[in-house]
Amino acid sequence: MFSKSSARAINGSCGFLVALVAAAAFAQAPVEVSFYYPVAVGGPITKIIDGYAADFEKENPGIKLKPIYSGSYQDSITKALTAFKSGEPPVMSILLSTDMFTLIDEDAIVPFDDLIRTSEDQAWLKSFYAAFMENSRTGGKTWGIPFQRSTIVLYWNKEMFKDAGLDPNRAPANWKETVDYAQKLTKHDGSGRATQWGVQIPSSGFPYWLFQALAVENGVQLMNDAGTQTYYDRPEVIEALQYWVDLSRKYKVHPEGIVDWGTTPKDFFEKKMAMMWTTTGNLTNVKANAKFDFGVAMLPAGKQRGSPTGGGNFYLFKKSTPAQREAALKFIKWATSPQRAAQWGIDTGYVAVRADAWDTPIMKQYVAGFPAAAVARDQLPFAKAELSTHDNQRVTKALNDGLQAALTGTKTPEQAMRDAQRESERLLRSYK
Amino acid sequence: MSHVYASRGAVRGLETMGAWLLGLLWILPLAYAFWTAFHASEYSTRFVLAAPLTLDNFVTAWNAAPFARYFLNTVLLVAMVLAAQLVLVTLAAYAFARYAFPGRGILFALVLVQLMVMPDVLIVENYRTMTALGLKDTILAIGLPYMASAFGIFLLRQTFKSVPRELDEAARMEGCTSLQVLWKVYVPLARPVYLAYALVSVSYHWNNFLWPLIITNSVESRPVTVGLQVFSATDQGVDWSIITAATLLTTAPLLVAFLLFQRQFVASFMRAGIK
Amino acid sequence: MQWVHAWLLMLPAAILLALFTHYPAIATLWHSFFTTPKGGRPAQFAGFDNYQQLAQDPVFWQSLTNNLWYALGTIPVSIALAMLMAVWVSKNIAGRSFLRLAYFTPTILPMIAVANIWLFFFTPEYGLLEKLLGAFGSGGHNWLGSKNTALGCLMVVTVWKEAGFFMIFYLAALQSMSPHLADAAAIEGASRWYFFRRVTFPLLMPTTLFVFVNAVINAFRLVDHVVVMTRGGPDNATELLLFYIYEIGFRFWDSAYAAALTIVLLALLGLVAVLQFLFLERKVHYQ
Repeated sequence: MFSKSSARAINGSCGFLVALVAAAAFAQAPVEVSFYYPVAVGGPITKIIDGYAADFEKENPGIKLKPIYSGSYQDSITKALTAFKSGEPPVMSILLSTDMFTLIDEDAIVPFDDLIRTSEDQAWLKSFYAAFMENSRTGGKTWGIPFQRSTIVLYWNKEMFKDAGLDPNRAPANWKETVDYAQKLTKHDGSGRATQWGVQIPSSGFPYWLFQALAVENGVQLMNDAGTQTYYDRPEVIEALQYWVDLSRKYKVHPEGIVDWGTTPKDFFEKKMAMMWTTTGNLTNVKANAKFDFGVAMLPAGKQRGSPTGGGNFYLFKKSTPAQREAALKFIKWATSPQRAAQWGIDTGYVAVRADAWDTPIMKQYVAGFPAAAVARDQLPFAKAELSTHDNQRVTKALNDGLQAALTGTKTPEQAMRDAQRESERLLRSYK
Repeated sequence: MSHVYASRGAVRGLETMGAWLLGLLWILPLAYAFWTAFHASEYSTRFVLAAPLTLDNFVTAWNAAPFARYFLNTVLLVAMVLAAQLVLVTLAAYAFARYAFPGRGILFALVLVQLMVMPDVLIVENYRTMTALGLKDTILAIGLPYMASAFGIFLLRQTFKSVPRELDEAARMEGCTSLQVLWKVYVPLARPVYLAYALVSVSYHWNNFLWPLIITNSVESRPVTVGLQVFSATDQGVDWSIITAATLLTTAPLLVAFLLFQRQFVASFMRAGIK
Repeated sequence: MQWVHAWLLMLPAAILLALFTHYPAIATLWHSFFTTPKGGRPAQFAGFDNYQQLAQDPVFWQSLTNNLWYALGTIPVSIALAMLMAVWVSKNIAGRSFLRLAYFTPTILPMIAVANIWLFFFTPEYGLLEKLLGAFGSGGHNWLGSKNTALGCLMVVTVWKEAGFFMIFYLAALQSMSPHLADAAAIEGASRWYFFRRVTFPLLMPTTLFVFVNAVINAFRLVDHVVVMTRGGPDNATELLLFYIYEIGFRFWDSAYAAALTIVLLALLGLVAVLQFLFLERKVHYQ
């Protein structure tokens, strides 16, 4: 397509020269890169992204970046794959890191490896935290570049700790301590109903994510790296689920039934519970809305510390020209530079995706004023890849259903995990 | 309805109470939206009369997306869809209500299929069609699949069938062609139904989200719901203050329009001039 | 000549319907007999495999059962309330404008936003419902988080949405009714209830038929609130057919299986719609 520069060239000259200049300009017409992105946290995200595009274009006049807001993560993959199936996908997109196998199975994306040629590029690829790369690689190839990533941390209400006679500056370090603390923090009214819970782990929608933290802490991962096998019925996994169920049924320090993800931060602000497990993406929100002193800590350890990672990666779609891919890569490198990764983390609450971002002056200053921001980073060495397999959402649903069945008391943890594993084996049979 | 059968005395009191009870229940979500949108977020779960009012939520919501342009797009969209629907639906409903022709039952069943087919199911195919027609990322593309409305055809068919045959025949005796009969007899008599249909259609397209999100890419073609969505699907949980502010912001024109138009529902039969 | 005329009248609507409804619907039917194409593996003819898989899918059966209860619980209540509301606001009741607005709010407010508001109403401990119940000394429920009550909560939201929506059509029908009928009946000394039963109600029948067909279809189509409030949980307790189709189609990306499920739902709805239409249409007295 013709650009402004080629139009100007035609206006400015005549005759034979016009044809020559126009042809040359046409060859150098800007590369257009369309780019879908979701919004999953509060704040003026669309404005920030538009600002990125404008700044990047200023520095790279040969590239025209077209950012397209695509709804939630779920809306985004729907939009991206619908466009893909009709033959006009975007050049790149930010989608969940766990969508990797889905996108590979659809043959929708290309790995970044072919574009990585210089040693500088290789150094860039190595600059990301290993925990975030686990969900971005499979079969020896890199399919995604970490951008807006998160992990689970524990938030606690320091005032409630003080009231319960606990050290307000120290979160429980392990599972046993969690129970002890939570028992002290749970309060009842005259009729025996709880008015304040010790701890709350959300279980609506995607309970697998929070449960995975418990499983990892208990020493096991839920799946293999190739995404062809799950381990839902391992004894350690069942034990982890038993612990979660016990929190509400045996120790009575956690609400019964399913705890809604969406209202959990509000429960925390309303002082209905003393400790909540939720994403680091909530940091900015809690900071703005908690009317009390709060702390942020790594999740308590079982046999070890642990948490899954979460959030979104950059993907490159297959139906794109080599020039578009180069341009997209240029932007991705630009957007994940230490300086920008740091700024993005500060603006959104996501974890800055590379170690050197934490050494930048702005980040140092931010952490100095708000040390809680660094907790997620410190937990990363213990973090593991989020549950993701072939036929990802279906295999995950099997686990979700099992978890909710156990939490609502319709199945024992053992029965629930056996059923989930059987379903998952059936689904993954054809990928082995 | 008639005053002859207006209720009296105790019955009337009971009915008024029942109507208000139901009314208060029904308006509760809207009332909550008003309360929450005009207060700081700590009051979203606490109803203290002395709570200070604020417009901050609206400011934040308005600044999160190019709403001015989105509003223009939405108005264009609903106007276009409604105009097309009224014409197409009236013609088709007239045919089904007053013409006898072979295959009428089957054709009507085929129309009803659209009521049953879920729009989400058709997204991939319709996206392909729009791409082939070169309409992707246009307001027309958002509206086109909805212009032949089975819901409207069905509704007007029922209404037209209730029009007394004598009126139809009288008009024909005076030399009206069938299109003139439609225009002079059926359409005026169906006025309240048209109004009802218009309110429903406008509300639906004002609030439709998934298809517009998928078929459009640019600010120039996207409706307000796409702007609204920024607030409702978040990792960090529900923020009722901002959701309700954004909802009120986007639906305010609908609320005002409804308040203006609801009076039109009064006794259209008389005004149609048919006694 | 009559039918040429009729066809011409229907032509514009028919073209659009064929292009954007029937063609994609037939494509869906066609795809349901193939495997889902995935990257390197093109679609292969699979006969009735997808349908066989459906018969053995416990989540399908659960969502079908859920949906039937959901339909049973919402349709009669919505229609009765809609009629009641319309009768009330069509006459000179105190505060008529306010009541009309109140009953009409479900149609104006987008379901995604409203579902978030209802989420607050049902929230444990500080939610509106719990606060009200707490005042009466009862409470401590986790309405959306328990398998026993979650579907019921969704049904409440649906009745709220549907009754207000259908009220509009009853209201329109009542407004088109001649006031002279009532005068005449009164002169003959008919009681109020008698007049409603023998005059108003029969005259509303075409609208009732319309509302009823739509209510049945909507009972299988309204799932926006499921997405926001429960996502089908706890443990599939609120999994409804269309939500399951949505999950299979846009989360699992198994388009062939989603197509098969769609066809089953279409057949089910089609059968019900045609049956009730044939049955009721004969009973409806058009003027």
